[in-house]
Amino acid sequence: MDSERKRYGSFYETLQEMKKNKSLYYMMAPFMILFLFFTVIPVIAGMYLSFTYYNIIQPPKFIGWSNYIRLFLDDDVFLIAVKNTFKFALITGPLSYFACLIFAWLINELKPRTRALATLLFYAPSLSGSVYFIWQYIFSPDMYGLMNGFLMRLGIIKEPNLWLSDPNLNLTVIMIIQLWMSLGTSFLTFIAGLQNVDIALKESGAIDGIRNRWQELWYIILPSIKPQLILGAVLQVVNSFAVSDICAQLAGFPSPLYSAHTIVLHMVDYGSIRYEMGYASAIAVILFFTTIIINQIIRKLIKPE
Amino acid sequence: MGIKSYRSTWGNIFITVILALIAVFMALPLLYAILTAFKPLDELFIYPPRFFVRRPTLKNFTDLFYLMSNSFVPFSRYLFNSIFVTVVGTFSYVVIASMAAYPLAKFRFPGSRTMDQLIILSLMFSGYVTNIPKFIVLSKLHLLNSYFALLLPMLSGTFGLFLMRQFMVQIPDSYIESARIDGASDLRIWWHVVMPNVKPAWLTLTLFAFRDFWNDTNSPALYIHDEALKTFPLALSYVNSGGIARAGAAAAAALIMMLPSLIIFIVTQSNVVETMKSAGIKE
Repeated sequence: MDSERKRYGSFYETLQEMKKNKSLYYMMAPFMILFLFFTVIPVIAGMYLSFTYYNIIQPPKFIGWSNYIRLFLDDDVFLIAVKNTFKFALITGPLSYFACLIFAWLINELKPRTRALATLLFYAPSLSGSVYFIWQYIFSPDMYGLMNGFLMRLGIIKEPNLWLSDPNLNLTVIMIIQLWMSLGTSFLTFIAGLQNVDIALKESGAIDGIRNRWQELWYIILPSIKPQLILGAVLQVVNSFAVSDICAQLAGFPSPLYSAHTIVLHMVDYGSIRYEMGYASAIAVILFFTTIIINQIIRKLIKPE
Repeated sequence: MGIKSYRSTWGNIFITVILALIAVFMALPLLYAILTAFKPLDELFIYPPRFFVRRPTLKNFTDLFYLMSNSFVPFSRYLFNSIFVTVVGTFSYVVIASMAAYPLAKFRFPGSRTMDQLIILSLMFSGYVTNIPKFIVLSKLHLLNSYFALLLPMLSGTFGLFLMRQFMVQIPDSYIESARIDGASDLRIWWHVVMPNVKPAWLTLTLFAFRDFWNDTNSPALYIHDEALKTFPLALSYVNSGGIARAGAAAAAALIMMLPSLIIFIVTQSNVVETMKSAGIKE
């Protein structure tokens, strides 16, 4: 804010500056109006609701911090959800991010036809939101399941595994499926970014003594696609903290012993099933601040200024 | 092409093998889904379970249409809702986001820094967080249970704007300055200079927007209670919850859901590659 004030000086000068740029404001207006109604106002309203008791039928009743106190001191299931969500964020998040980057880079160097096929293969799992149900049949808990049948025929296991309902197994299985599905948005963003990299830059790099493709990646390609890298990192964090549908679909909702419960599912539980909107909003606010803090840390790491 | 000379043969072989292995991991479940969609009932229950299909049949697809035609609302109605929302939504999303991205990517004006910060901030949390208050806003605006409820909350997403902004930042300022000197308005510069230069970006964004609108089950489930306004994926998800007896029909449903996104993907990506041939933003 300080630098802005310095640049435009007085209120009058600011007004002049705004008038000069009025076409730019018009261009932003449609988005800004939507953004105000469906992001800014909801965020503020959600923060307010988190301090209330609200069941939709009666008007919200202000109850101070008690939702938050209950959440942290009195809700063991929430703590399980936090633990599981962090597992997703710390394991599948980074794995999927680096996989997206490496594959995008390798695929981008293939011949056009192979590249088209490879892009399709890597991207296809995230195309349809419902295709992951096929894993239900692969990891079906009886011997008719593909995985159990296969492992039993090889003699590796004797009894069928309860892949998706065994509390010791299901989170790992879901993480693998999540990885399978997650090579989507960031992956294509990186590919689009790589295609914007100037070929002349690579050629001059070769002249300036870059010896192998790793050096080329580090010194030329990564700096050129930094804007896309930042976007991809933010997306990964958001997606891994929002993991929910896949857990509910594969492990059931609620899952056995809450073994695949996540923060978003906890919110859905209180919001759409128990109609405790105030409590659900408190969960949303915690999730909101957690993702923002983690994102700030990651942005600092990628973009040292 | 001296540029390729420092690439070793062994390195290439190693990378090809790794890529091939992972491609198999990616492809097998999809292949299994496709094959399952054509399996007759007795092959779904066979032991030991078989990956491939022996006697392919279209019965799963006819079963699915039978299930759907017995639903409360004619199946064509769900399909129309989905197509309408997806087409209108995708087009509006790409245009609105790109138009708002250009000023933020290329100019400094009063409020632009604050906007930048707000948008980055909003990108950092998922839409789930605001589901409850969005419901309240929609109901106060009397938009619940209308096509607007399926469109507007999704259109306010900042991902598209941020993606376009990140690409537009890379366009040299001199392009825009020279167009401004020639007397072009900002709207014209955006349409004739900026957008052609970020074609891979907006083609990719079109694909994302299409996929998200087409697969969206969140908005119809939360903001619509009139069955006649619900969408195709929501109707199909009722089939999915039918257990293994409906495995075939569910696989058929998933394939039908995937098909439009797949077609859009092939169209946009071949265009991305086309643009790329003439590529490179150079100053």
